[in-house]
Amino acid sequence: MITATDLTTFLTRRRGRALHWTDVVAHLYLAFGLALVVLPVVWMLVSSVKSQRALVENDPRLLPWEQVTVLGSEGRQLSVFTLVRDDGTRLEVAFLAPRGRNALVVPVAEVGDATRAFEAPRDRLVRKETVAPQIGNYTKPLFGTGDTDRFPFMRFFWNSTFVTTMATLLTLLVNSMAAFALSKYRFRGRDAIVVIIVSTLLIPPTVILVPLFITVQGLGLFNELWGVIIPAIASPTGVFLLRQYMLTIPDELLEAARMDAASEWKIYWRIILPLAAPALAVLAILSVIWRWNDFMWPLIVLTKSEVYTLQLGLSTFKGEIADNLDHLLAMTVLTLLPVTLVFVFLQKHITAGIANTGLK
Amino acid sequence: MARLELRSVTKTFGTARVIHGIDLEIEHGEFVVFVGPSGCGKSTLLRMIAGLETVTTGEVVLDGRMVNTVPAAERGLAMVFQSYALYPHMSVRQNLSFGLENLRMARAEITRRVDEAARMLRIEALMDRRPGQLSGGQRQRVAIGRAVVREPTIFLFDEPLSNLDAELRVQMRIEIGNLHHRLGNTMIYVTHDQVEAMTMADRIAVLRDGRLEQFGKPLDLYNRPANRFVAGFIGSPRMNFLSGTLAAIDEAGVEVALKAGGRIRVPVGAAGLDLGASVDFGVRPEHIRPIEPEGAPVGLAVTLAEQLGGESYLHGTTESGETVAARLPGQTSVRRGDTVGLALGDPGDRHLFDAATGAALPHLA
Amino acid sequence: MSDHEPAASTVAAVRPLERIAALWRRIDPIDFFFRSLQARIGAKRMAWAFLVPNLLIFGTFAFWPMILNFWMAFTGGTSTIIAERPFVGLDNFREILDCPSWLDPRGCPVVGYSFWTGLWNTLFFAAVQVPAMILVATATALVLDRDMKGRGFWRAVYFYPVMLSPVVVAVIWDWILKRRGILNALLGDVVERWNGFVAYPAAAAGLIFVVAFVVALLVVRPIAARFGASPAAARGGAIAAALVLATIAAFATRPWGFLVLADFRPVNWLVDQRSGWPMFWAIFVYSWAHLGFYMLILLAGLQAIPRDLYEAAEMDGTSKTRQLFRITLPLLTPTMIVVVVLSLIRAFQVFDEIWVLTGGGPGQATKMIVQHIYETAFTGDAKRYGVAAASSVLVAGLLLVLTLLQLFVSRRRAQG
Ligand SMILES: Nc1ncnc2c1ncn2[C@@H]1O[C@H](COP(=O)(O)OP(=O)(O)OP(=O)(O)O)[C@@H](O)[C@H]1O
Ligand SMILES: [Mg+2]
Repeated sequence: MITATDLTTFLTRRRGRALHWTDVVAHLYLAFGLALVVLPVVWMLVSSVKSQRALVENDPRLLPWEQVTVLGSEGRQLSVFTLVRDDGTRLEVAFLAPRGRNALVVPVAEVGDATRAFEAPRDRLVRKETVAPQIGNYTKPLFGTGDTDRFPFMRFFWNSTFVTTMATLLTLLVNSMAAFALSKYRFRGRDAIVVIIVSTLLIPPTVILVPLFITVQGLGLFNELWGVIIPAIASPTGVFLLRQYMLTIPDELLEAARMDAASEWKIYWRIILPLAAPALAVLAILSVIWRWNDFMWPLIVLTKSEVYTLQLGLSTFKGEIADNLDHLLAMTVLTLLPVTLVFVFLQKHITAGIANTGLK
Repeated sequence: MARLELRSVTKTFGTARVIHGIDLEIEHGEFVVFVGPSGCGKSTLLRMIAGLETVTTGEVVLDGRMVNTVPAAERGLAMVFQSYALYPHMSVRQNLSFGLENLRMARAEITRRVDEAARMLRIEALMDRRPGQLSGGQRQRVAIGRAVVREPTIFLFDEPLSNLDAELRVQMRIEIGNLHHRLGNTMIYVTHDQVEAMTMADRIAVLRDGRLEQFGKPLDLYNRPANRFVAGFIGSPRMNFLSGTLAAIDEAGVEVALKAGGRIRVPVGAAGLDLGASVDFGVRPEHIRPIEPEGAPVGLAVTLAEQLGGESYLHGTTESGETVAARLPGQTSVRRGDTVGLALGDPGDRHLFDAATGAALPHLA
Repeated sequence: MSDHEPAASTVAAVRPLERIAALWRRIDPIDFFFRSLQARIGAKRMAWAFLVPNLLIFGTFAFWPMILNFWMAFTGGTSTIIAERPFVGLDNFREILDCPSWLDPRGCPVVGYSFWTGLWNTLFFAAVQVPAMILVATATALVLDRDMKGRGFWRAVYFYPVMLSPVVVAVIWDWILKRRGILNALLGDVVERWNGFVAYPAAAAGLIFVVAFVVALLVVRPIAARFGASPAAARGGAIAAALVLATIAAFATRPWGFLVLADFRPVNWLVDQRSGWPMFWAIFVYSWAHLGFYMLILLAGLQAIPRDLYEAAEMDGTSKTRQLFRITLPLLTPTMIVVVVLSLIRAFQVFDEIWVLTGGGPGQATKMIVQHIYETAFTGDAKRYGVAAASSVLVAGLLLVLTLLQLFVSRRRAQG
């Protein structure tokens, strides 16, 4: 019987002198979580370099094993097998056609010579495979060979990059300006504005989908990337986060700058922004993640494939064709790659930033 | 030329009035110190002069021009803040040149001024550092340098030395004095340290609760304080006060019957006061001498005798329960528990204040 | 002089920053525009100049739509021009609410069917997903709050899925959950291996022994300890008990046939409508993607609890269990409230992951209320903005009530 004390020791133990058995269990628990998080992504990664055939057949092996083939006499690609004879000797043969329980094969060395073909029992044939990552899964959609019209990755990538970059720059600018005004000036109605802006955090965005769409369309932003960018620029999270930070910048610095004949804009640009850099960095990272991963709003505003973002392209691609799995997985990997890279390099700042602000 | 005039200046924060109408004239080249207890409105007054705080009513006049609505940047003043307020993300050089750049000054001129100020303040070796990499004294110099390069008509200092240790404070005090001597600018300096005020000022403005109590030369404030508050505020240890009543009035002065016993003559005029009016008699510790108890006007039961070698302090209580401190040159043989008589200074060192209003009675000739 | 020269490496490190700083100064000429603006309106009013862009966007894309939503809920037609939309009164609401039984939407007309299915699915989703996720997140945060080596690493690992886009998450899991996907393959493999394994008597005996040993350790030792046995004696007793148990078990179950599992048949996880699996995976995948965020917040809350409280409790001889329930959890309450409210509000708005993963199917099994709004307004031939807006109003009201209730209950509890 595991007692309640054991359970709480598992959950809460600190600074033990010796290794307690709950330490082992804790690490097992964490390792299980690690597997749950990492394995799906890893499986996606390794699958993305498998051939269409391996994917459709759902080869459960980790590495991209591919059938070895040779060029047959009529220009056909023939699968290569290893024939294991009764005496244990082996021969590499190319598979020509099935013959009931047997198969018509020809030695690979003489593949052009039809007269050398012979029948061999199928259960004596072992597939010959090599590990062959299918780089083409990436290069074909990326560099325009093959079915690029169906998944113009580069265009989607560009659209996503444009939206993410513009939205992030504008988010930083517009919200830092507002945060500056709301943290460093005293004027009537200031506190009311702060309350109103922060309370919009509570408006679920999904609840205003329809009128927001009508507004965006009325402004002529339907099917425009700007229609995705602009509505999300003014971020209550951003204002809140930046304002909290700016409140910690001493007012005397601003007064010193005023004595130094700096205009208000110059104070903002040369004093406040550089000093708020840590908070701006957090907001920038958040904004990049939000915009890059944004789905529902682009789905509503962007209906032409020329303006699709990566996420839209990917989801459409997923819905349309089950037979192009190889490209779908490769493009999924490319889509998660930028975010993953950002995360790997800025992981500390992201987790610390979010833990400190409690916001996503 | 920079002549500064405050005309009935008041300041109200919300409903709280913190400056109650101050009139002040500061001449060109003067070193003026604002002193007063914490919260009396020194900083507020300085910031109104700087243009960082609006003036509620009254006028701030610079060289004959009313500047109430002129933004801080355009008043041509420079300020040194208590916390220094150096831009933490800029190097020392950038800190010094930022203001000049804002004025669109030519690059060469900026470099010239910055280098000159750096030399004057001995911070040349620090020019590429950030404020975070400087010591307190060095930061202080940079903050002053930032004001110097502006070549302002008036320097404003808000308690610039309060974050330094005692030794450094003395040194910086001398340096600021030298700076004033060399530049000859008008300087307004806020402090609550009356030693700083006495040593640095050409003229001192004593403030209390948003009112100007007295404005004058340091020694005038010391010798002829205008009221009980100034008398108590200037000088250390502070002036002793003994309450009493007017016992006689003639053309040579008045005679005061002290509650502590005895009578004493003070050469002041008592216009408007009747016999029997309550007054406070004041005398500075350095003017008191212990004498034989017999025949002395006031007796003191000594509760503490501090021997510093070069000088000595006696603390004690009178029969009326009032405390008195005396500062004696050299060493003394008086011990705790002794009872001594007190000689309460020369007539010219004695002060008398109207107990009702606190105002000093004027000395005669 | 040479000692003033910084080392070469610091110069190299500083240079890019200096370059950014120089560039920053060069962009400064925008100042000219604002300078003249400031000259015109004065320094004080510049605050408003700084606020205007933000307020404009807020007004246009947050407040105005909120008001507009109410109006649209009372209009009909398919026009996107507000002036051309006819006022229809309560018709939209009537259409949604007009249904013989809200609890059984199958009898409703089209709109009601869609709305009520979405609503019940969402409620079910939230009711299961939120507690399950918070439970796991709290447990994980507690484990990480232990004196754990590499806490940063674990925190990052669990947070990583939060960074992935909903579409990517859906594609990954769709790929795993296909009928011929890796999960089915793995499960089949495991069952096969297991059966192969227990077919060997030695392996089965070993297995039984291990199980018996662990059980004995976990059961016998604490019992022995409770009756005052020394730890060594308790451990010895436990081992002896394990040996006895294992021997008995090994003989009693000699054919070991009961350990053999039935052959695994691949499950159509996301398609099989009656199994309930689609909803399970919707909840699982959504939690997988979001758990790290709440774990992070909870962990931050736990770490904010001053360590000396535990030390003080330790000095008082407070048991670990008591510490958990009397110190840790009560002090975590404010964070917990935030987490519950946030995750509940978000669960109510779930759309992206599930829409890409299942499309709301099979049938309507995972159709959520937001999908109802989305589809009513934006897909299909008749774009029924009015009905969608009316649905939004109802959902917003429900959310508001839920949030207030949440806060009210937690306030009550905090006081009582
Ligand atoms: N922004 C403000 N709002 C409201 N009251 C203020 C404000 N600034 C100052 N005060 C009040 O005005 C009075 C004077 O403040 P001020 O800072 O001028 O005092 P000070 O003489 O400089 O004191 P210290 O020696 O402590 O610096 C104080 O009572 C203070 O509380
Ligand atoms: Mg002050």
